[in-house]
Amino acid sequence: MAPMLDFNRELRRSYALVERNFNLIKRYLGWEVVFMVYTVVNTLTIAFIGLSPDGSGQDRVLYLVVGALLWGFLSVLFHEVAESVQWERWEGTIEYSFMAPMRRFTYLGGVCLFAAAYGAIRTVIVMCAVVGIFDLDLGSANLLAGLIVLLLSSLSFIGVGLMAATLPLMSPEKGSQAAHILEAAILLVSGVYYDVSVLPVWMQRLSKISPATYTLRAARAALLDGASLFDIRSDLLVLLATGAILIPLGLLVFNQGELYAMRTGKLKRSG
Amino acid sequence: MQSALECCDARKVFYVKRERKSTSMLTRLFAKVIPKYEPVEAVDRLTFHVKPGEIFGILGPNGSGKSTLIRLISTLLLPDAGCITVFGHDVVKERYQVRKLINRVSVDAAFFKGLSAMENLSYAARLYGLEGGAWQTTATDILCRLGLESDKLHEPLEDLSRGMQQKIAVARALLTRPLLLLLDEPTTGLDPVSKRDVQDFVLEERERRGTTVVLTTHDMQEADRLCDRIAVIDHGKFVALDTPEGLKSLISTNGESVTLEEVFFSLTGKTLRSSGRCENGNAV
Ligand SMILES: Nc1ncnc2c1ncn2[C@@H]1O[C@H](COP(=O)(O)OP(=O)(O)OP(=O)(O)O)[C@@H](O)[C@H]1O
Ligand SMILES: [Mg+2]
Repeated sequence: MAPMLDFNRELRRSYALVERNFNLIKRYLGWEVVFMVYTVVNTLTIAFIGLSPDGSGQDRVLYLVVGALLWGFLSVLFHEVAESVQWERWEGTIEYSFMAPMRRFTYLGGVCLFAAAYGAIRTVIVMCAVVGIFDLDLGSANLLAGLIVLLLSSLSFIGVGLMAATLPLMSPEKGSQAAHILEAAILLVSGVYYDVSVLPVWMQRLSKISPATYTLRAARAALLDGASLFDIRSDLLVLLATGAILIPLGLLVFNQGELYAMRTGKLKRSG
Repeated sequence: MQSALECCDARKVFYVKRERKSTSMLTRLFAKVIPKYEPVEAVDRLTFHVKPGEIFGILGPNGSGKSTLIRLISTLLLPDAGCITVFGHDVVKERYQVRKLINRVSVDAAFFKGLSAMENLSYAARLYGLEGGAWQTTATDILCRLGLESDKLHEPLEDLSRGMQQKIAVARALLTRPLLLLLDEPTTGLDPVSKRDVQDFVLEERERRGTTVVLTTHDMQEADRLCDRIAVIDHGKFVALDTPEGLKSLISTNGESVTLEEVFFSLTGKTLRSSGRCENGNAV
């Protein structure tokens, strides 16, 4: 059906989205700084919860910081992907973007590429701020394993993000709200700042189907206890498998959503 | 010869929420839970074709289906029935091929308002896979021909006037050298000078490249000046289709000269009156 994709050409095209979004960040740099400061303060606030008045509790701080940083990255990833459509709809440019002779895969690839780059930059900045204030001991951490956990879980989050991005195509008003609810639910059940075992049993069941649960468990094992890739293999496999299912599923759902919008006239900003 | 655009029995129906007139609390609640949808025939089985290099105008009152037709051609809406082809490619089955051949200017200059003209154009150029240096030369050339000063090109678009924004929208559409250019009220809200600039530019593009143009407008003089043929649409149906002269001769009695405006009133006024939407039975 589709002719062989020229990978380089598609990659160059998907860069359209990356460049556009970084241009927008430059334009609204003031707001970017405000959000950045807010995120740093928020992360520090969470980290201080771990500290005891006598100065002990460094490992508790590390536990919280890892959660905050990972969640920071994954939620940016999810947000950027999930809100991309809503935002273009709001600017009114969506008809122009979707009318271009560009495969939707390439368009969404560009969105994800930007989201990953932007999320990584933000996370590194927050990390520097936290490391500058707390004397964190990462001596025994397996950083490579941590990075691989992050990469694998990005796949799942992109997949879920793609599905959430479809929601505004189905229902312009309620779609974006539903995406926020979904994000909040993932935050609640995935053990970002606490162990999932403290949750009521019914919530623990939900935590099993959230990819973020596996991310956090594996990342903490790697970064706090220095676990090797082999030690966390089962979590990695789960993340790989969910990514392998959720990304194609996300693309499929998005495609169907777009067709639905084209049938019912929902691409238009008003009406 | 192959048509630039062919439309056979194209149809688009929208379902819009209908307010139920009721005073009863229960019925109101019921209406909220299960809203009633009412079909609107936006495009009602249209059949026509446009020759390569032709400028084809569509005139019609608000809500008559002009933009819907343009969206159907530009692969943004799926037709419910019928078939539309652009240079032989079906807008549904060969969407990707069609998209390479067309571009569109809509009534609202849809841009990232925070970005500059050049940044917006760069985004468009990349989406269409245009090469780096080349598109910039094309863009500045087009903008210069449209009479836009180059010092404005790096300011955020929200700081530019509507006329300037619309000219940049025209530049964005022409940047990709479309064979079929869809212009949905491109000059609405422009001052007479800007209007002229855009109109001259459209004529020039057709002259230079043989670009086929489908143009909707509320400006009768513009239609008269630009279009080779004009269709008058009302309630999703063409009520007339002819050359500007042909349309005028439709209502002209014993050879007196009439304007396109008079033709428009005569063709669409009649249908409005017969639909009897005014409470006192008079035409609006
Ligand atoms: N996306 C949509 N969803 C629901 N109804 C729509 C949609 N787009 C158009 N309609 C309806 O279809 C009809 C035709 O609308 P359209 O926008 O095509 O008219 P138009 O001729 O372009 O009007 P105008 O001159 O005001 O631009 C109208 O009744 C409109 O309300
Ligand atoms: Mg319109």
